[in-house]
Amino acid sequence: MAYSEQVIDHYENPRNVGKMDDKDDHVGTGMVGAPACGDVMRLQIRVSDEGVIEDAKFKTYGCGSAIASSSLITEWVKGMTLDQASELKNSQIAEELALPPVKIHCSVLAEDAIKAAIEDYRKKRS
Amino acid sequence: MDMSRNYFELLGLEPGYDVDLALLSERYRALQKEWHPDRFAHRSDRERRMAVQYTAHLNEALATLKSPLRRAQYLLLLAGRDTHGESSGQLDPMFLMEQMELRERLAEVGDASDPDAELDALAEQAQASMRTLQHEFVSLYAQSDLDAAEAVVRKMQFMTKLISEIEAAEDRLADY
Repeated sequence: MAYSEQVIDHYENPRNVGKMDDKDDHVGTGMVGAPACGDVMRLQIRVSDEGVIEDAKFKTYGCGSAIASSSLITEWVKGMTLDQASELKNSQIAEELALPPVKIHCSVLAEDAIKAAIEDYRKKRS
Repeated sequence: MDMSRNYFELLGLEPGYDVDLALLSERYRALQKEWHPDRFAHRSDRERRMAVQYTAHLNEALATLKSPLRRAQYLLLLAGRDTHGESSGQLDPMFLMEQMELRERLAEVGDASDPDAELDALAEQAQASMRTLQHEFVSLYAQSDLDAAEAVVRKMQFMTKLISEIEAAEDRLADY
């Protein structure tokens, strides 16, 4: 299957790969997985006291589309408020990366990951 | 060959997770011989096509029943649960964290002072986890707790992927 140029770009030069200290109370961590392909994804956000996402990191063990989806979403969420970030939809990722139908679930995984990270952060702060 | 029969019936095996693999191979070979397309070379088009179809069906049955993961998925399918979908479902966060750590260790195996030993340790750990999951599946399936059995199968899917990646890493290491 041919990957789009956008996917290849993110796959070869992934943005924001890394890890944050998940004990830090400004950090929210989302862990998700796709059983069908065995992919696992960790997405973390650092949130300011004003509720703005200052930084985002990810690590994904999976296919090119899963890596590209998580790389792209970490770029997008930087500078967003938590509410803005939680409104991101997988279809936006799929469109930006020109994902074929069989790879749509990779973008769903990235959406689930950011939602899980936001939820983890909110739980920590409540 | 009756293709509407399930794989266990087809191969004359007791339906269940604990499959006698030697018996499975034996039954498979006998049926494969019986339906081998070469034996139908001089028969009608229709019979030849059927022999090809049967053989494919038989191969699928073997592949399904041999694999620890696919066998569990097949038993769930027979119970009306399709676990082949893409939906992520509910996953235990602790399990995902552990998966992440195992994948990280595997990715960094090349940096270990003794990559072979590290890879062996990782393979052993993954195999042990897979065995534990298989035991869990057997008892949950026996109790007809299909929700829990499905959750175990999802974990098996990750573990199977990890094991295949460990095997790929072993092959790469052996090539040096």
